[in-house]
Amino acid sequence: MEIFGIPIQAFAGQLLLGLVNGSFYAMLSLGLAVIFGLLGVVNFAHGALYMMGAYVAFIGLDKFGLNYWVTLVLAPIVVGAVGVVVERTLLKRLYKIDPIYGLLLTFGLALIAEGIFREQFGVSGQQYPVPDLLQGATNLGFMVLPNYRAWVVLASLAICLFTWFVIERTRLGSYLRAGTENPALVQAFGINVPLMVMLTYAAGAGLAAIAGVLAAPVIQITPLMGSNLIIVVFAVVVIGGMGSILGSILTGLGLGLVEGLTKVFYPEASSIVVFVIMAIVLMIRPAGLFGKEK
Amino acid sequence: MSLTPDTSTVAGAAVPAVSPTGGTRTAHLAWGAVLLVLLAAPFIGLYPVFMMKALCYAIFAVAFNLLLGFTGLLSFGHAAYLGSAAYATGWLVRTAGWSPELGVLAGVAVGALFGLIIGAIAIRREGIYFAMVTLAMAQMIYFVCLQAPFTGGEDGLQGVARGKLFGLIDMSSDVAMYFVVLAVFVAVFLFIIRVVHSPFGQVLKAIRENEPRAISLGYDVSRYKLLAFVLSTAIAGLAGSMKTLVLGFATLTDAHWSLSGEVVLMTLLGGLGTFAGPVLGAFTIIGLQDYLSDRVGSWINVIIGTIFVICVVAFRRGVIGELVAWQQRRKTSP
Repeated sequence: MEIFGIPIQAFAGQLLLGLVNGSFYAMLSLGLAVIFGLLGVVNFAHGALYMMGAYVAFIGLDKFGLNYWVTLVLAPIVVGAVGVVVERTLLKRLYKIDPIYGLLLTFGLALIAEGIFREQFGVSGQQYPVPDLLQGATNLGFMVLPNYRAWVVLASLAICLFTWFVIERTRLGSYLRAGTENPALVQAFGINVPLMVMLTYAAGAGLAAIAGVLAAPVIQITPLMGSNLIIVVFAVVVIGGMGSILGSILTGLGLGLVEGLTKVFYPEASSIVVFVIMAIVLMIRPAGLFGKEK
Repeated sequence: MSLTPDTSTVAGAAVPAVSPTGGTRTAHLAWGAVLLVLLAAPFIGLYPVFMMKALCYAIFAVAFNLLLGFTGLLSFGHAAYLGSAAYATGWLVRTAGWSPELGVLAGVAVGALFGLIIGAIAIRREGIYFAMVTLAMAQMIYFVCLQAPFTGGEDGLQGVARGKLFGLIDMSSDVAMYFVVLAVFVAVFLFIIRVVHSPFGQVLKAIRENEPRAISLGYDVSRYKLLAFVLSTAIAGLAGSMKTLVLGFATLTDAHWSLSGEVVLMTLLGGLGTFAGPVLGAFTIIGLQDYLSDRVGSWINVIIGTIFVICVVAFRRGVIGELVAWQQRRKTSP
């Protein structure tokens, strides 16, 4: 069976790969949007936090024999703790000044993190095995679906929807949204805003770390994996607009799919297609697909 | 969008104090001394290839500062213009057999052209989004440099000959090449000072300080921003072309985002919105990299990152900005 002259197996395989990448875009752009909303910081270090998540999984297995499921819980805690330290010692000094400095600070932090991991692990990639439970593949008739990839898509969708639920449907989320609108007023109502800000950054960092662990078995773990990805995620965020949570999830998944499709039809353009779409969106709708015009 | 109040007031005040046109006597003396050292550099044992490289990056940082320091626009993808111009010059001189001066001119044109296209898209967003858009578009150019058939992929373009300038001056000797680079640098530097002091430059500063007010005064802010952007990318292209001639190669490093970050650091470290700051920053960072690269390996990134963090958290005026602020404090409280 063929679609547009391409065997359906290859076609569906690329679409699935696109969906897997899209899941990572969605999780990372979600974290970026939540952090930007409350802290006003565009977190360049988000890629480095994602990279650290993957290395927690790798080191956990390599040095301590911790399995995948343990590190899936451990990584967000460890990386979230790093986030707490960064927020308390550095980021909180920058809230009153131009957001550009937040971007530059986190850029510097990303360089530091990458440098340290490069010194320890070199630039060549590390492999991480697929956990036993998710080995093998399921035959769907029209394609063979590797179990682990299906798990990545489902797990990240679940995490994204859970985040959406917490922010849009719970009391904690309403504090968070109120804090985004007017932190001084929320503080006046007796809510500890600095604590909330700290925990938000930690949660965003944890989200990035989970994405890193999920990614570990499907990619090469390298110190530079985060920065290469985060620039694409920036484009995803510009396309989606940072206004809406569901918007960033949809944009992330959609762009992953588009990238997968491009790989099928015109592989040379697959690494730039997201940037081209960004340019087009900026010309038609500068605030982004789901963003609100000021 | 204006940067922090303290930075912008310092930047505004810094202009007369460090400008060679109508500055203080100390500033005049300092500039004279710097120029003397630069002129004498090849004869007093300063390694000419290092000096040329640093001067090229100084041109790059000065161009970048026109945007961030004087217009308040953070372009986070400036390496793209330096890199694409470096490749254009390299290919034209090496493969198409163009003369070096035409190759450099073509590089400037490439930088300006990409600046025009990307600038027109990026100025549709403001502030932090502007930075993200320029970074993403620069990454696109990086991928084009990686994949295009004429860029040599991972190897880059190697063995670009310096040739003869205007068919007369043989630049294969380091000393001759050094004076060509120095002349280009001085010309760019004076040009930037002229631009900043022109009515056009005053409008740019007005945009930096208060964009809505500049709009309400009737200025077409988008056109001013775009022109500043293209000027800056054209000069960044000039820096890339000169760098290719000096070192004889153009590689992917020239277009990589880490260089885009380094030029921000050079400018920030030296002093945002000052004339001398980016030059000082460029010499410091290039010197540091040259000195440390074989000694500390990957730790160089950690060191650069740490300087970045310190500059942002505690040292936002930069070296020159602090000097100027100190001088003013001394004047006001005798």
